[in-house]
Amino acid sequence: MKIHEYQAKELFRKFDVPVPEGSAAFTVEEAVDVAGTLGEFPVVVKAQIHAGGRGKGGGVKIAGDIEEAKSYASQILGMNLVTHQTGPEGKVVQKLLIEQGLAIDKELYLSILPDRATAKNVIMASEAGGMNIEEVAEKTPEKIIKVFVDPMLGIQGYHLREAMFGLNIPKPAMKEFSKLLKNLYNLFVKYDCSLVEINPLVLTKDDRVIALDAKVDVDSNALYRHPDIVEYRDLDEEDPLEVEASKYNLNYINLDGNVGNMVNGAGLAMATMDMIKTAGASPANFLDVGGGANAEQIENGFRIILSDPNVKCILINIFGGILRCDTLSEGIVQAAKKINIEVPVVIRMEGTNVERGREILAESGMELINAVDLNDAAAKIAEIVN
Amino acid sequence: MSIFVDKNTKLVVQGITGKEGMFHTRNCIDYGTNVVAGVTPGKGGQKMDEVPVFNTVKQAVGETGANASMIMVPPPFAADAIMEAADSGVALIVAITEGIPVMDMMKVKNYLKDKDCRLIGPNCPGIITPGECKIGIQPGPVHNPGTIGVVSRSGTLTYEAVHQLTQNGFGQSTVVGIGGDPVNGTNFIDCLDAFQKDDATTGIIMVGEIGGDAEEQAAEFIKANVTKPVIGFIAGLTAPPGRRMGHAGAIISGKSGTGQSKVEAMKAVGIHVCDTLGVMGAIARDVF
Repeated sequence: MKIHEYQAKELFRKFDVPVPEGSAAFTVEEAVDVAGTLGEFPVVVKAQIHAGGRGKGGGVKIAGDIEEAKSYASQILGMNLVTHQTGPEGKVVQKLLIEQGLAIDKELYLSILPDRATAKNVIMASEAGGMNIEEVAEKTPEKIIKVFVDPMLGIQGYHLREAMFGLNIPKPAMKEFSKLLKNLYNLFVKYDCSLVEINPLVLTKDDRVIALDAKVDVDSNALYRHPDIVEYRDLDEEDPLEVEASKYNLNYINLDGNVGNMVNGAGLAMATMDMIKTAGASPANFLDVGGGANAEQIENGFRIILSDPNVKCILINIFGGILRCDTLSEGIVQAAKKINIEVPVVIRMEGTNVERGREILAESGMELINAVDLNDAAAKIAEIVN
Repeated sequence: MSIFVDKNTKLVVQGITGKEGMFHTRNCIDYGTNVVAGVTPGKGGQKMDEVPVFNTVKQAVGETGANASMIMVPPPFAADAIMEAADSGVALIVAITEGIPVMDMMKVKNYLKDKDCRLIGPNCPGIITPGECKIGIQPGPVHNPGTIGVVSRSGTLTYEAVHQLTQNGFGQSTVVGIGGDPVNGTNFIDCLDAFQKDDATTGIIMVGEIGGDAEEQAAEFIKANVTKPVIGFIAGLTAPPGRRMGHAGAIISGKSGTGQSKVEAMKAVGIHVCDTLGVMGAIARDVF
C-alpha cells in the first residue's frame, strides 16, 4: 500500500528521522497559513500524489514570499499532474505539503527494501542523489552501495559504517547520519515496509542530514497489524473501479483495452491477457476472482467489468479447482438476471464439475459463445473485435 | 519414482479443523494421501473424521511418525506454524496459505537455513505425485501418472499445463507449485535438479511469471545441468509495467524481471518456449 509523502514524514518524525519543518494543506488558505507559520522564506509547495517525478511535471515549486506561495498553491491544487509514473492520463492534485526551504550542500539517495533472493533487507545508498535511481543503476551501477542486513540480527554498527563511509559523509555529519539510518531501519521493520526511500537525502550547509523527500510503501499482507497505516489510505488516489472490486475481494486492475475478462488465479489471468493481445485485441482489465469465488463475487465481477464503457466483449476463462464450474455457471446466470449484459460473452471452462456447469448454462437459455479450448477462445475473441 | 512425495509420505495437516483445512484434507484423503494427523492448538484429543487431532506438531510427529506437513493456517499465524513444523523434525513442509507478510517469510527463510527440511510455498497449490500422494488444493482428477515433471509459480496455470499434458496423452511424474510470493522455499532450480536426477522423469515443463529473476537463474542452471527436454512458459508478457513491482524492487535484479528478458534467457539455453498458453500441448507432442 502506498501512502503520501506528508504521511510518510509523520512516520519519520515519530521515529526521529529528521525532516524539514512543514505541514499538509488541503486548500489554498491552509497553504498560506502553513507558509506563514514557517516564518522564513523560501518555502516549498509540493503536490501530494501517489507517484514520483512530481518536480519534473511541475508539481513542486519554490516560493520566495507569501504571495508567491499563494499563487503556486492555487496553481498546483487541482492541476492534472502528469509524471513518468502516473501514465499519460495524469493525476489530479488534491493535497499539498508546504515546507521550509533548506540551504543544500549535497543530495544523496537512501532506501531500504526486502531482497527476495537473499531473504535479507538491503540498504541501498548512492552519492548520486536527486536523480532517477533507475537510471543510475543502469548507467553507473558502481555508484550504488548495497548493505545487506540479516533480519534475525537487525541493524548493527558495521552496517551503518559501511553505508556512511561508502557515501563519504563529512565528519561533522557522521553521528547524525548513523542515527538517521538506524531509526529509518527500525521504522522499516516496525511497519512491514516493502520500501522506504529518501530521494534526496540532503546534507545542509550547516552539516545537518535531512530527509527532503519520503516514500513509504507498506506490505498489504501486513496491514492487519498496522491499523494506523490503514487510516492513511486515500481513496482519491485509487481507480474507483479497483476500489469497488476490493470491497468484494476481487483482484481487479483497470486497463485501457476493450476485451473484458474474468479469470481465476493471477497466473492464468496474466496468461489470458497475453492471449487476448496475441489474438490482435487488447485487455480492458486484469481480474482474478480467486480460488474460492462464490456466485455473488462472479456477479460483482461482471458488474465491474461492464461499468467500463470501453468493453466490447467479455472472455471468461476458468479452470475449475476449488472454484467449481457449476458455482461459476450459477454466478453467470444470476448476474445475467440482474444486469443487462449487452456485449458478447465468450466462455471457456475446464476442471471440476465442468459437465454440470455446461448444463446450467445451456438450461439458462443465455446467449453465450462457448469455446472448446484456449486457441478457440482466442480465435472467437479476434473474430468479435475485428 | 517421483520427487519429494510418494506413497510413503505420512501427512500432518496444520489447521485441520478450519473450514478450508477440513475441506482440503478430505480431498487429499479421497485422492489417496496418507493423512495421519492434524494439529489445531486447543483441540488436541478430538478427531476430524478419522484423523486424530493434536495440540502441537511435536505430539503429532511423536505419535504418528508424520514426515510431511500441509499448512492451512491463516496468514497471521502461518510463519509460526511453518517454524513449528521445522522444529518438530518434519522433512517436507507445504505452505498453502496466501498472504503471509514478507517480513515473516524472511524470518522463516533464515530460520530454515540450518534445518534439515524442505519448504514448498507459501501461496502455492501444493505438490502432487499422481496416483500416489496429493498435498495441496489441486483438482486431483486432472492429473495422470506418467513421466513429465511440472514446476510452476502459479496455481490455476499449473492445472492448465497439466490438463494440456493429460489431453495429449502425457502423464506426470510429480507436479510442484512453488508459489508466487517474493520470498519462498523451494525454487525452480531445486525442482529442476530433482527432476534431472529422477529416473522416472523424462521431460520437464517450467511455468514462470514476470517479476524477479528466478527464471533467468533457472535457465542458467538448465544450461549447465539439465539434459532432459524442457518446455517453458512465461505469464504476463503483455502486462503493463510498474503496476505490481515498486521501482526500487526492479533495481536489485537489474534488467531482469521483464517477460521478454525471461523468454530470451530461456530460449538462449534451448528451452522450448510456448508463445501462447494454448500451444503447450502441441509443443509437448513435438518435444516429448
